[in-house]
Amino acid sequence: MKEPKQLSVSAIENGTVIDHIPASSLFKVIQILGLDKIRNQITFGTNLESKKLGRKAIIKLAGIFFEDDDINRIALVAPEAKLNIIRGYEVVEKSVVEVPDQITGIAKCVNPKCITNFESVTTKFKVISKKNVALKCHYCEKITDQEHMVIL
Amino acid sequence: MNTKSLVSIDDLNTDEMVSILDLAEEFEKQPSQSLLEGKVIATLFFEPSTRTRLSFESAISRLGGKIVGFTDASSSSVTKGETLNDTILTVNNYCDLIVMRHPIEGSARLASEISDVPVVNAGDGANQHPTQTMLDLYSIRKTQGRLDKLNIFLVGDLKYGRTVHSLLIAMSRWNTTFNFISPEELRMPMEYKLYLDKLGLKYYEHSDFTDIINEADIIYMTRVQKERFSDPMEYEKVKNVYVLRNHMLRDTKENMKILHPLPRVNEIHKDVDVNSKSYYFQQALNGVYTRQAIITRLLNLK
Repeated sequence: MKEPKQLSVSAIENGTVIDHIPASSLFKVIQILGLDKIRNQITFGTNLESKKLGRKAIIKLAGIFFEDDDINRIALVAPEAKLNIIRGYEVVEKSVVEVPDQITGIAKCVNPKCITNFESVTTKFKVISKKNVALKCHYCEKITDQEHMVIL
Repeated sequence: MNTKSLVSIDDLNTDEMVSILDLAEEFEKQPSQSLLEGKVIATLFFEPSTRTRLSFESAISRLGGKIVGFTDASSSSVTKGETLNDTILTVNNYCDLIVMRHPIEGSARLASEISDVPVVNAGDGANQHPTQTMLDLYSIRKTQGRLDKLNIFLVGDLKYGRTVHSLLIAMSRWNTTFNFISPEELRMPMEYKLYLDKLGLKYYEHSDFTDIINEADIIYMTRVQKERFSDPMEYEKVKNVYVLRNHMLRDTKENMKILHPLPRVNEIHKDVDVNSKSYYFQQALNGVYTRQAIITRLLNLK
C-alpha cells in the first residue's frame, strides 16, 4: 500500500471511475457520453487539485461499464483521462483513453466553407494523426488540427 | 466502380481510372450513341460554370439523354431558403443521375449520401472537380501515349489551384516528376510536397519561368488571379512574368504539349495558339468524351 489518499468523493461498489479529466472539459465529457440522460447514480467532482492538470475533474459512474469505442470518444477533450473499472470496491482494471480512427460528431470542421457549417449534418472525420490530433473532414477533405479544434 | 457516385478523384483506384480513360477513347471514336435514350440527367449548377456545364450537356446530348436543371442558384428554390438536403431529395425523384456544381466544399459528398441516384461532382468550391482531373489525365495519355514517368510542369497559381492539386495527386500514381513554377506567394502548399516526399517522387520548385521548360513533357498552365494577392503591388510585379509566349517554346521537346483548364486570360499569349504544341482547346473537347465515359459507367451502361 502506498500512502493513504483522502478521496473527495465517495467510493463506488461496481462501475467506472473516469479520472484525470481537465476541469474545463467536464461538461463536454458529460455531453459526449450522454451522462445527463442516464438514470444511474453518478458522482461528479471538479476543480480537484492535480499535479499534472492543475485542476482536474473526476466522474464516478455506478453500474456503468463502457465499450472502448464509446469511451474513446472523450479522447478529444480529455486526452489524458484514465479509467478505473471497479468491482466490489476494488480497482480490477485500469486503462487510458485512446484517440479513435474515426470521429463522428463531437468536433466542428475548421473550414468556414465546409457544408457541415451550413447545413444540419453531423460532422465526420478520419483521424490522420493521433499524437497531435489532426482530423480530416469526410465532406470537405480539409484538415482540422488540435490547435484549431472546436468541440460542438 | 465500388461507389455509385464520383465525388472525389480518390474515389477511383488506378484500375478504375484507366478503365474510364479506355472507355473515353471509345467515345472519341464514336461520340454519338443512343446509350442515354429515355434517361433524364439533372444538371444542378448552384453557381455558374458555363464551360463545365456545356461540356456535360454536350456529353449527355450526344448520348441521347434529356437534361433538366438550373444554371445558377438564383433561378432555383435555394433563393427561397431550401436546404441542399431537400433539393437533392426532390430532384432525385426526377432523374437517373445528378451532375452538381456547388460553391460549398463537401456539398457533393453530402449530396451523394442523400441521393438514391448517382451524383457526379462538377466542382464543390475549392475542394474537388474529379471530371476535370480525368480529362486532364486523358489529354496527357492521349498526347504522350502513356502516363508513366513523365515530367510535368505546373505553372502559375499552385497555392489555390484546385485543378493542379488534384492532378498532382492523380499523376503521383505513375512515377511522375514534377516541376513547380510559381510566384513566391502562390507556391505549392507543403501538404502536397510532403505527399510526394512520402511516395519518393521527385519535384523541383522554381520562381523563374525560364528555359527550364525545355525538359517538360507537359506544361500545365493556370491563371494567376489578382484577388489571390494580399499585396496588390506583388501582383503587379508578377502578372506578366508567368506568361507563356511562342518564342519560349522553340527548344522544348517534340512531344511536349501545353494544357490549361480554361478560361485563359493572358497567361498563354495568343501567339502560342498556332503552335502545334498548344493543346488546351482539344483538351476541352476531351472533356466531353471523359464525361460520357463517367456517366455511362456510373449508370452501368458501359
